[in-house]
Amino acid sequence: MDLVKFVNEQTPKNALPTFNPGDTVTVHYKIKEGAKERIQQYQGVVIQRNGVGANETFTVRKVSNSIGVERIFPVNSPNIDKLEVNSRGAVRRAKLYYLRGLTGKKARIKEKRGSY
Amino acid sequence: MSGIIGKKVGMTSVYNAEGKNIPCTVIQAGPCVVTQVKTVEIDGYASVQLAYDEKKDKNTSKPMKGHFAKANTTAKKKLVEFKKFNDAKTIGEVITAELFVEGDLIDVVGTSKGKGFQGVVKRHGFAGVGGQTHGQHNRLRAPGSLGASSWPSKVFKGMRMAGRMGGDRVKVQNLQILKVYPEQNLLVVSGSIPGAKGSYVILEK
Repeated sequence: MDLVKFVNEQTPKNALPTFNPGDTVTVHYKIKEGAKERIQQYQGVVIQRNGVGANETFTVRKVSNSIGVERIFPVNSPNIDKLEVNSRGAVRRAKLYYLRGLTGKKARIKEKRGSY
Repeated sequence: MSGIIGKKVGMTSVYNAEGKNIPCTVIQAGPCVVTQVKTVEIDGYASVQLAYDEKKDKNTSKPMKGHFAKANTTAKKKLVEFKKFNDAKTIGEVITAELFVEGDLIDVVGTSKGKGFQGVVKRHGFAGVGGQTHGQHNRLRAPGSLGASSWPSKVFKGMRMAGRMGGDRVKVQNLQILKVYPEQNLLVVSGSIPGAKGSYVILEK
């Protein structure tokens, strides 16, 4: 198993700011259309982080036109151009699946106080 | 053709140049020692015998010790013969994972995991009965008819039925080499390969 770990460690890491479940982030994601490349922004709440190495992912949830949208990004994907942390959320669990059942004012997350 | 013996380490994924996440298998390949070179004149056919994986001396029989001594090497666990080797090999030569370069397409031969006694749905891909209604109650994964009636009055040989599954020699073709780590003797190959972790595999180019 150590040798699989070795291969995982060879994956180039993205230099992203630290972020946790509950944080609101903006992901700048490179999209290739034929030969052209453009950058798309996607803003929402991080509801989970999962895996290690090349398999490490995080899920960002947002509500678009009253429809919940969740998008899974690989943390170390070369296609992530930039990640901004817009606000830090004060949450009590690692996986915020409960947000899926909530809408409107109930779906808000309290902002963490203090400096990080 | 050229080849090497390896061991399946496990699976993970890597990013390719386009940024796509590719599922891959990690293989520890070599170093292999040429322990015998067979020729048409002496043996009736040409082949190269490779040996891989260290073995304790006390577990090696005297005849095998002599065989390894000829190649001036220590005892090895796995011996495989390769026919139609491209370049001439001499006895005692060492072949490493550097035989392969990134982007090469290779074939991997291994022994698939044993599945035990399996029915026709899993073993041969039969569809089963299909419906749970219309009075059907106990034949969901049954094979159905085995053939006709008074002619031929027998079940043809080779009729696909339930039985032992897995544990077969399986070759997977055209797997791309994604990474080579010569220091650790590691190869990263796209996709999956047959067998359990730690089982021997043969890599052919």
